[in-house]
Amino acid sequence: MPDIVEIKNLSKSYRRDSLKIPVLENINMNVPEGEFLALMGPSGSGKTTLLNMIAGIDRPSGGDVVVAGTNLNSLSETALAKWRSNHVGFVFQFYNLMPVLTAFENVELPLHLTNLSKKERDAHVRKVLEIVGLGDRMKHYPNQLSGGQQQRVAIARAIASDPTLIVADEPTGDLDRQSAAEIMTLLARLNSELKKTIIMVTHDQHAAEKAHTKRMLDKGTLE
Amino acid sequence: MVAKLLIKNIFRHKLRTFLTVTGLALAVMAFCFLRTVVTAWDAGIEAAAVDRLIVRHSVSFIFPLPYAYKEKINKVPGAEKVTFANWFGGTYIDQSHFFARMAVEPETFFDVYPEYMLPKDQYETFMKERNSCVVGADIAKAENFKIGDIIPLEGDIYPGRWEFVVRGIYQPRDKITDGTAMFFHWKYVDERMKVEMPGREGDVGWYVIKINNPNQAPYISENIDALFANSAAETKTESERVFGQNMMGSLNAIIISMNVMSFVIIGVIMLVLGNTMIMSVRERTSEYAVMKTLGFSSFHITGLIAGESLIIAFIGAGAGLFLAMPVIQGFSQVVPKGWFPVFFLEDITVIFAGLSALLVAFFAALFPLIKTLRMKIVDGLRFIG
Repeated sequence: MPDIVEIKNLSKSYRRDSLKIPVLENINMNVPEGEFLALMGPSGSGKTTLLNMIAGIDRPSGGDVVVAGTNLNSLSETALAKWRSNHVGFVFQFYNLMPVLTAFENVELPLHLTNLSKKERDAHVRKVLEIVGLGDRMKHYPNQLSGGQQQRVAIARAIASDPTLIVADEPTGDLDRQSAAEIMTLLARLNSELKKTIIMVTHDQHAAEKAHTKRMLDKGTLE
Repeated sequence: MVAKLLIKNIFRHKLRTFLTVTGLALAVMAFCFLRTVVTAWDAGIEAAAVDRLIVRHSVSFIFPLPYAYKEKINKVPGAEKVTFANWFGGTYIDQSHFFARMAVEPETFFDVYPEYMLPKDQYETFMKERNSCVVGADIAKAENFKIGDIIPLEGDIYPGRWEFVVRGIYQPRDKITDGTAMFFHWKYVDERMKVEMPGREGDVGWYVIKINNPNQAPYISENIDALFANSAAETKTESERVFGQNMMGSLNAIIISMNVMSFVIIGVIMLVLGNTMIMSVRERTSEYAVMKTLGFSSFHITGLIAGESLIIAFIGAGAGLFLAMPVIQGFSQVVPKGWFPVFFLEDITVIFAGLSALLVAFFAALFPLIKTLRMKIVDGLRFIG
């Protein structure tokens, strides 16, 4: 399989007044297409920062991130926003659904950035909500759903626009064990059945076991 | 979807939105009311013709001028027509039934004031009867005066009981022309003065001169005043507009205050909506970050925040205008006629309120919008409101 993510000499640091705080140092990593990768490591090791840069929501201080043949450093903020809408599906720890929109509307949200017609959007949304097992919860608002169900809506939103890559930041971090297992089974299904490349940040060993590959980050370096 | 999200966001905190809209509505209503008072006040001055000069006593408006001045003024180059009037005062029923009552020279008055439109037949009847009068259509309607009615007045400047027969009802030419005045024969008053208060006959309150060329007004004024320099009754000639402003001089400070207050209200509205927008946007920081993450552009985020501000501002302004209409209507019914001869919500005030709403919406959205657009996605996702 060709590499879908190529990371070369990546570094990231933050400035606090005159102090430079390194977060990631000289990261080199390739992720083949169809991979299910778990990024693990202790708190503050830079996992989420690395994930954010792969997803194009943060910029590196040095080095390159190439995703699906595009060097993200070369894109302007507007181009990067458009690129994200076409190539990346996001799953957050706290689901980050719009509380005023129904499950259906939340999943439909990213599809408004595509050229799909209303009818096509409807069909897509129904299909992905069926995939995540929420075909009967379409009109429910987030506060009418359990944590596990909300995360499934978030996963449906992530796959609705058929992205090249799914990034998940602690997708089970806010769930009980049973819901977490269901979510991991669902992500594994997306990877095996829909051939989605998934990069997941997690602390959870059980969750990481569903991944094909585990990489450890510690103090900003990849082991 | 952005529009749908926008509407849902507005009604997310129904009580807060209701209180904000109510605050805006009350502020816009107060703004419209104050502006209406100011414009009603200015209307009298605005209605002043540019081709009319007023000649009054140089010391004060309350001192009379001799009737004999008329012929001399008539001969001043540039003076096309001269008329005169006296403030009569008096009381009709009681002080709450106030309206302007003036003794005028009917032969010339309506030529100099064409904005008081009197039907020809009524004018002819009015001319024939010395104790007749003409009233404005607005006061006729308010006091239920009809042709042939007798209006009894209790005199103060001109003591005694006076009775005038209504022989004409004039129509104001436009909205800014006073439709609440009463005019009667100066000679009728003067003849009674001759008998009852010798020494006060032949007194004229002020002269009004219609001039050929408004550009010549300063020159004509100078010539008129020169005619009566060093006489017992020196004159001061000025344009009708300046005369009006001086007459209302003592109340100008109040009107200026009202004018300032109306703009302070705009500032208050801005703070009310600005506060709501800052709170709303702050609460949704992580949602905007998610939208940016999903690929929504600055254009979409701007639409959401500015749109919300705009809609709330316009609902508030609309409600305020809706409330202002009956309030202004009610006020015009309560205050004595003649205080504000014209008192209505002008189109310009409505436009001003609309533009203010636009301005308020813009500034209320500006700060939270800039903050959100500048926000890094990772910071927004980490935000805990």
